[in-house]
Amino acid sequence: MGNLFKIAIRNLLRYKRRTLLTASLITVGVVFVLAFVSISGSFKNMMIGQITDSMIGHLQVHRKGFVASIETLPLNLNLKGGAIGRLEKILNEQPEIEAYSPRVKFGGMFSNFTETSSIRLTAIDPEREFKSVPLLPERVMDGGKDLKPGGILIPELLSRGMKVKPGDAVVIVATNADGSVNGKQFTVTGVMESATGPGGRDGYIHMDDARELLRMEGQQVSEYAIRLKEFGSLTAFGEKLDGLLAKELNQQGKPLFEVHTWEKLSPFFNIARMIDLMTFFIKLMLIAIVLISIMNVMIMAVYERIREIGTIAAIGTLPGKILSMFVIEGFCMGVAGALIGDIVGIALVYILNLLKISYNFGQQKGIILQAGISTADILMISATVIIVSVIASLQPAFKASRMEPIEALRHV
Amino acid sequence: MALISAEHISKDYQVGEMAVQALRDVSFEIEPASFVSFIGPSGSGKTTLLNLIGCLDKPTEGALTVAETDVATLDRKASAAFRGKTIGFIFQDFNLLPVLTVYENIEYPLLMVQKVPPEERRRRVTALLAAVGMADQKDKYPDQISGGQKQRVAIARALVTNPKLVLADEPTANLDHATAYMVLNLMKKMRDEFETTFIFSTHDQKIVGEAETIFTLEDGKINGVKTKGGNGNG
Repeated sequence: MGNLFKIAIRNLLRYKRRTLLTASLITVGVVFVLAFVSISGSFKNMMIGQITDSMIGHLQVHRKGFVASIETLPLNLNLKGGAIGRLEKILNEQPEIEAYSPRVKFGGMFSNFTETSSIRLTAIDPEREFKSVPLLPERVMDGGKDLKPGGILIPELLSRGMKVKPGDAVVIVATNADGSVNGKQFTVTGVMESATGPGGRDGYIHMDDARELLRMEGQQVSEYAIRLKEFGSLTAFGEKLDGLLAKELNQQGKPLFEVHTWEKLSPFFNIARMIDLMTFFIKLMLIAIVLISIMNVMIMAVYERIREIGTIAAIGTLPGKILSMFVIEGFCMGVAGALIGDIVGIALVYILNLLKISYNFGQQKGIILQAGISTADILMISATVIIVSVIASLQPAFKASRMEPIEALRHV
Repeated sequence: MALISAEHISKDYQVGEMAVQALRDVSFEIEPASFVSFIGPSGSGKTTLLNLIGCLDKPTEGALTVAETDVATLDRKASAAFRGKTIGFIFQDFNLLPVLTVYENIEYPLLMVQKVPPEERRRRVTALLAAVGMADQKDKYPDQISGGQKQRVAIARALVTNPKLVLADEPTANLDHATAYMVLNLMKKMRDEFETTFIFSTHDQKIVGEAETIFTLEDGKINGVKTKGGNGNG
């Protein structure tokens, strides 16, 4: 095998310029794909990070049927007493979970005493919430980040539209589960930028205030936001938790809980999928570049060496070995292109990070690009290039191995 | 027992619409360790006959046995294996592999065809390099040596597998007269040393006399056989 490699490499070096050009083409393709994967991956991770770490959490648990009715934020589908205890017991036993936070979600009317508008409120236990969605405090653009009972974090839309600023008094009016209307005065703690765009109407109050405002008897929770220690284990853990909670049944013998990962709760998942799709097409382009360039070179190599093929066939080289010789040439070219491409690509990603390029995403300004490429991605791209190189060499190599020595020797 | 036995072999080609009969009812026998030449003008069938003996082609009719093997029955892979084991080739244009050194060219059949152990390879290649007088040129590439030297390397490559038979199609056609004689004498010396049968084709009347048995071909037929020390008809 070593001799086949020696002959293949010498044959490649025999046409230095052509080999260099082809390897360069593959290198450029690999560098381009690595750069695209690292930048788009960075953007995707940032976007997912923003969505999960500042609002949704990695996954959520609700009472069965809550998400289907989430537009109306139904208080009658809140989890209560025993169910909360059972759920928290299960969550506490999961080593994959870093933190989880109970929330009560409801709709209400927001008044500054002269004007009134609608608002979606999430009642939280700030200490637990900030552990589950650690970027939430970062969204406070004006005022304090520490939410205490009696305080409210209001969305930028209402702050601007109703000219309310931190320290102002506002009133929240909400309908409780029984249908009676209650009101409570709050002091604006801070103004938050929206995680979902400029039209966001989401505000935050303390869990104790929600209990008072909604006249809740005992503990009630609309949803649990869960943060995992390893984001990469999301799918596996989601399935595991789903399995565990499926065993928890209500009095009618039906499942009590439902588990949703962030992907099922946010429309940004579709953007993430679009990025994946674009990456896939970029990889397809790389495959096309490698396939065409290697096949072209190998067809030329076979054509130029017909008499040599005739000679080695005449002196007894078996067709399989002739096929191997040419396939190994393609393989070597693929390895060289992939290897150089990997080195240049990693260097490019490193330089991109050194340059600290900034960009804006929604309300987030000046996010620093943090391009990163995983070893798995490098190995996958390299393996793709090498496998495609071998596939591209197969047809010319097969042609060479099937040549009749007598005809090949006559070739001029 | 004859090394090569041809009985009424014919070879037809189709060139476009036209059928060409390259060999017609040819029969002959060649003994082991012979030094044989096929002579005749261009188109007489010399190369076709060598190709058939060399298992590079198959007769249209007749039986051809080489080293006790009916070569007409061999498939593609078996033909290649048979050639690698039994036959050495010397080509008019030398056909050395340009990416291999002189040493590596000679070593090639042992390495890529026969899988001979390294020590044995080294022994055989070194012995042949010395025998053909190319030991001091072993690290040179084919484009760094002369035509005569290339043909000497080709002879060594043909002999390195210890074949029973070496076929040489116009081995001296691209060489000057002195070098051609030198190459033929080397072939004869190798025959004496290794007891290998050498068969070569030529249309050069001056070197034909070096052969011990001469088959004269004309229009695809053997017209006469001349053996040193006597004449006969084929």
